[in-house]
Amino acid sequence: MAATRTSARSSAAKSAPNAAGSNIAEFTKDQELEAYRMMLLIRRFEEKSGQMYGMGLIGGFCHLYIGQEAVVVGVQMASIDGDAVITGYRDHGHMLACGMEPKGVMAELTGRRGGLSKGKGGSMHMFSKEKHFYGGHGIVGAQVSLGTGLAFANKYRENDNVSFTYFGDGASNQGQVYESFNMAQLWKLPVVFIIENNRYAMGTSVHRASAQQDFSKRGLSFNIPGEQVDGMDVRAVKRAADHAVKWCREGNGPYILEMQTYRYRGHSMSDPAKYRSKEEVQKMRDEFDPIEQVRSRILKANMASEDELKKIDATVRAVVAEAAEFATHDPEPDPSELWTDVLR
Amino acid sequence: MPTNVLMPALSPTMEQGKLAKWLKKEGDTIKSGDVIAEIETDKATMEVEAVDEGVLAKILIPDGTDNVAVNTPIAVIAAEGEDVSAAAAPAPAAPASKAPEQPKEADGEKPVSVAKTESDAPIPASEIPPSPEVPEGTAMVMMTVREALRDAMAEEMRRDGDVFVMGEEVAEYQGAYKVTQGLLQEFGPKRVVDTPITEHGFAGLGVGAAFAGLKPIVEFMTFNFAMQAIDQIVNSAAKTLYMSGGQMGCPIVFRGPNGAAARVAAQHSQDFAAWYSSIPGLTVVAPYSAADAKGLLKSAIRNPNPIVFLENEILYGQQFEVPQMEDFLVPIGKARVHRQGKDVTLVTYSIGMTYAIKAAAELEKEGIDVEIIDLRTLRPMDTDTIIRSVMKTGRCVTIDEGYPQCGMGAEIATRIMEHAFDYLDAPVKRVTGKDVPMPYAANLEKLALPSVAEVVAAAKAVLYR
Repeated sequence: MAATRTSARSSAAKSAPNAAGSNIAEFTKDQELEAYRMMLLIRRFEEKSGQMYGMGLIGGFCHLYIGQEAVVVGVQMASIDGDAVITGYRDHGHMLACGMEPKGVMAELTGRRGGLSKGKGGSMHMFSKEKHFYGGHGIVGAQVSLGTGLAFANKYRENDNVSFTYFGDGASNQGQVYESFNMAQLWKLPVVFIIENNRYAMGTSVHRASAQQDFSKRGLSFNIPGEQVDGMDVRAVKRAADHAVKWCREGNGPYILEMQTYRYRGHSMSDPAKYRSKEEVQKMRDEFDPIEQVRSRILKANMASEDELKKIDATVRAVVAEAAEFATHDPEPDPSELWTDVLR
Repeated sequence: MPTNVLMPALSPTMEQGKLAKWLKKEGDTIKSGDVIAEIETDKATMEVEAVDEGVLAKILIPDGTDNVAVNTPIAVIAAEGEDVSAAAAPAPAAPASKAPEQPKEADGEKPVSVAKTESDAPIPASEIPPSPEVPEGTAMVMMTVREALRDAMAEEMRRDGDVFVMGEEVAEYQGAYKVTQGLLQEFGPKRVVDTPITEHGFAGLGVGAAFAGLKPIVEFMTFNFAMQAIDQIVNSAAKTLYMSGGQMGCPIVFRGPNGAAARVAAQHSQDFAAWYSSIPGLTVVAPYSAADAKGLLKSAIRNPNPIVFLENEILYGQQFEVPQMEDFLVPIGKARVHRQGKDVTLVTYSIGMTYAIKAAAELEKEGIDVEIIDLRTLRPMDTDTIIRSVMKTGRCVTIDEGYPQCGMGAEIATRIMEHAFDYLDAPVKRVTGKDVPMPYAANLEKLALPSVAEVVAAAKAVLYR
């Protein structure tokens, strides 16, 4: 029987997520460096996306993941080949963490033929069958039912894979989330529901939208265990994901992880974020930044030197620059593409 | 006074059933609430409870009688002490073998429980030409639409382990309308999945499973309930192939009864054909005959795209000839010319065919030679077949039970105008459901639906007769 686990830490409304707790499993040097490199790639990629949006190269909506990098990077470190990933519209980080080509992601953002969806999906709709990334969904909450279906397929095929289904504190109030919780637990589907609580559903803070702000308890009435996790510490994320994944792979059904995180930028590029103070954002950046945490640990433990980290930084910047260059000069889709891919 | 016990209706669309078994015998004392008999339809088995008290004086319809029409007296109950022999009820007619053609009006004993619309009365199967896909000389077998759909699913599930069916009451209950009867027994609970009442959730779950390569058949108890799930059907199932640049297919069938049944009022009576057929990425199928239902559902399950498969509750129990073939497939996207004629073209689909066929017979008496096109697939629409016919007849009437504005009739008329304007000898006329929510009262419901008379009048109007 699934007992509900919530961490000792309360969901205390305004308090920032704790930095590394004492029960956090330390990373090896390789793990620290890999987490650092991947989070940095996402950060630099998103900064470049923001810049290119400002230049008019990216159209429509563009939701940046800056500040939340530790969540997807930590969870991916707990995954095995074949595990499915699905998320909402704030999806660039997830795609990079799944190993999808930065060039293809960026060219999709600019709507070019070399984009992962041939320029037909845009920022919110990208997929990779090869990397088991199932989107990229623009309708808030829809990915939760879909992700539950991915888990259904894994169970149907009797394989060991799980479905990592990401959604936000805002999506957590959609009805189909609970329809999915019910079926997932009823049929013991191997799905990890990852609620990225970045405290704001567009401009509405969780306090103004959610009667139960401890999202780890959202599965309580379905007997789905859940826990709150410091989503700014990639080690805490990895540890929690390991636990959740084990639970799922052992056939116990779904598991809920509330990742307490923060987005530094607005909801989308057009959001001036007037609903929160500059000080609040600055405090998160200064004290809880996920990349800074890893960086300082690496240096403190002498896992790498400043110079070695700078080299990683330079490599990441080169990858992002190359992606931006490609996405700027790749041609738009051929007009004939308008009519393709409607049906198979 | 002796009381007649009448054959009850199990549902608003039931017209006849089998008197399976008497649980009481003549001379037994009956109390109100006693179960006295069991009756069966192809859909369900039900116990008949006594409402009156007394002695079971006479059994009028013996065990095992098939095709007993609703409202036929099946037994007589006499009051305690009443002379049983004196309780002779008026001798009932023999079990109504041809009941379906002549739905009984009120027997006087109780209000009619069945609303009779013209679409209810089936067309004799012998009058339905076989699908053009059937090779000549193929042996045919009589089958209801319900059985044809079930067989289609069973055959495809035997053929492909990735095919599974899910929905409310599809497994243990054997289907709310018994379309999935027997599937649980053959394929087990892994592949025949009862869901909670959670349309939005299970539609999305099905789409996710299809993204992952399974081939779900998602049954909606009726398409009225699929409105809860329409976001997943339209935004997730239909659009993802395009949005993924062709990577992420969605081989799924959404199926269930669509349109008006009988006496279930506005929220349960709506034809969604026009809604789904306006969406690129969806394929929309709406068969009339059992053969087409079977052949098209098999094709739909094998199709790599999301399919909306619109059935009709009133047609479920109707019998048609179905070819006895190993693997009978009807191609998606091809209309069927049901009847050749030279004077006027009727274009319709699903239950609309019943109005068209009856109207054609009426019109024939007046020397008007009608061509009937059964669209079968609504998207992609077989425009060529419509245009070829209209070029021949020069006149066209469309028939559907949906609402008129932005309906199937509007779409068909537009296509004819675009492709065959110069061939038209009169403007196209539409016969549709009326522009009101479906009323409950039997007379109003009848008025809200199309009628044979309306089709006849429209055909004459386009012929200026």
